[in-house]
This record gives sequence, C-alpha cells and structure tokens, in this order.
Amino acid sequence: MAYEVNGITVETDEEGYIEDLSKWSKEVAEIMAKEDDCELTEEHWEIINFLREYYEEFQIAPAVRVLTKQIGKRLGPEKGNSKYLYELFPYGPAKQACRYAGLPKPTGCV
Amino acid sequence: MLHTVNKSPLQTNDLASCLGHLGTDGRLLMIEDGVYGALSGTEATRQLAGPAGEGRVYVLGPDLEARGVDAGTVADGVQVVDYAGFVQLVVDHGPHQAWV
Amino acid sequence: MSDEFEDDFSGEIKRFMFVNRKAPHGTIYALESLEVVLISAAFDQDVSLAFLDDGVFQLRKGQNANVLEMKNFAPTYRALEGYDIEKLYVERESLEARGMTADDLVVPVEVVDRARMAELMADQDVVMSF
Repeated sequence: MAYEVNGITVETDEEGYIEDLSKWSKEVAEIMAKEDDCELTEEHWEIINFLREYYEEFQIAPAVRVLTKQIGKRLGPEKGNSKYLYELFPYGPAKQACRYAGLPKPTGCV
Repeated sequence: MLHTVNKSPLQTNDLASCLGHLGTDGRLLMIEDGVYGALSGTEATRQLAGPAGEGRVYVLGPDLEARGVDAGTVADGVQVVDYAGFVQLVVDHGPHQAWV
Repeated sequence: MSDEFEDDFSGEIKRFMFVNRKAPHGTIYALESLEVVLISAAFDQDVSLAFLDDGVFQLRKGQNANVLEMKNFAPTYRALEGYDIEKLYVERESLEARGMTADDLVVPVEVVDRARMAELMADQDVVMSF
C-alpha cells in the first residue's frame, strides 16, 4: 500500500513499514497515527525522534529492550520503562513507534 | 575441540587458518571438498603433518570415495572415519567449530 | 510478579562465540552473522564475537556500502555495546597481514594473538562460524 503526502508517493510493505526511508516526513507519521486513532503528542515525538537518531547512527532499529534502556538513559527512568512506552504506543514500541518513525521492523522482532 | 574444514586447501585458506588454531589438543576432520587436504605429498599435508603424527587429524571416508581418492593413499597419520566416526568425534571432542 | 516471570526463564548461561572470517560485502555471511548476534542478545547468554582472517575487514573504518546500494552495516557494530555484547576479539596476526591495527576499526576491541584466539574458541560451549 502507499500514502500520498505532499505530492510524494510513500510506499509501505505488507506490515505498513515504509519501503524507502528517505521518503519519510512528519506528515507520514501523523497520517499513520490517525489511522490507528492515535494523536501524536510531544511525548510520542520524543520517542519517534530518538528512534530516528538511533537509526541514523547505527543503521538498525533497536530491540525493545535496548530502546527502553536508552530512553531511560536519555529521558529518565519514568520514561525508560515498558509501561510508559506501551501506554504511548499500545501496539508496541517496535510495531508502532518504529513504523511511525519510518524505520524498518527491528531485527529479531516477529 | 573438534574443527571441521570443508574447502579444498587450494581454494581457500580455511585449512591453514584452522591448523593455526588447532592448539595442542584440538582435532581436525576434513569433510566434503576439504578431503583434498589429505592428498599425500602436497603442501597441505606437509602443514598438517605435525598434528597428523599425533593422531589428531581425520578425513571422512565417503567424501574421499566420492572424489576418487583411495582411502589407502591419504597422507601419513591421517585417519579415515565413516559417518559414525564423525559423530563419535563430536561426542568425544566437542565443542565443534566448522571452518566454512 | 515480573521477577518471578523472568526467573522461570533463567536457565544455565552458555558461552556462545560467533566466529567471523569473511570480508563484509562480497557474500552475505557477515550481515547474517551480525543479525544472528543481535537476536541472540535477547537470550541473555554469554556472547562473544571473534574476527579473524578476512573477517577483520568487517570492522574496518570508512566503509560505505550504500554506494553499492547495499545495506551499510558497519555502523551497526557500534550498537552492540547497547545490546550488552561487549566481548569483541580481533586476531592480531590477521590485522597485521592486512596492514591494519586496532585504530583502523569502527569499535573498541580486544586484540589477541592466534594462540589466545585458539584458547578462547576451545573455551566455548557453542561456536558458530560465518
């Protein structure tokens, strides 16, 4: 399937992850979130932006365990725990946050 | 530990590198195209003469036969084993490392 | 509750070594190995990585496989620390044969000589070669 955003066709795979990561934009994330009945708040963006930075640096999407730990280091323990992350992203930080962030599915995530 | 090599010594450096990590107690089993390492009178058999002399080098018989190498002509000290012998080597000398 | 849950899965910890002996982009081995290593991190085992022969090229600085339109996975070795995989052994003889030193590598590693590498291999419960 595909999204049309600002005149750009953004194609996704069968699980909804963007095929060409360079076509990502904030608008794409917002459209994806709206489809899930999720309103993106500043707290969501903190995680999404972290994921994009992590990918830029390491060229992979982090495992959930690694994401949780790194968020804890950066944003504090009240955010670096799975309860917080699952409240923000009820479908799971990997399946939902990585998808909104335009990343591929994390390695080892089935 | 038990090391297996499955490439010809004339094709890759797997055999040479493996021999460099055999240590004083490791076993080497040559399988598949690795069995060409057992051809007598070659550079490879010169390299493995030390451990072969200590009874630590084996070659898989069916892979020799498939390639037209008579089991009676392999280099001195190299012992020919069948599949059951392969299994026994894993049991006796594990862990196993495949030099692929 | 969550502690009990984790205890149920805390079996015996085994030593796993992933042995890397191939250059990074000519075959799929290096990338496959890295992916298996990342997955293995979820199982809380004692994981180490060994780089020898052409495998040391996997860690070479300055790679950019994007020019080949292939995945550029060299930066991913830098993520291993975050996965609690901190034992990276690189064989000195293999580096020297390729005109390299630890300074040429993308991550901090422990450089060991061939004899020490052989000992480390023999010391594992499971060795997986790529």
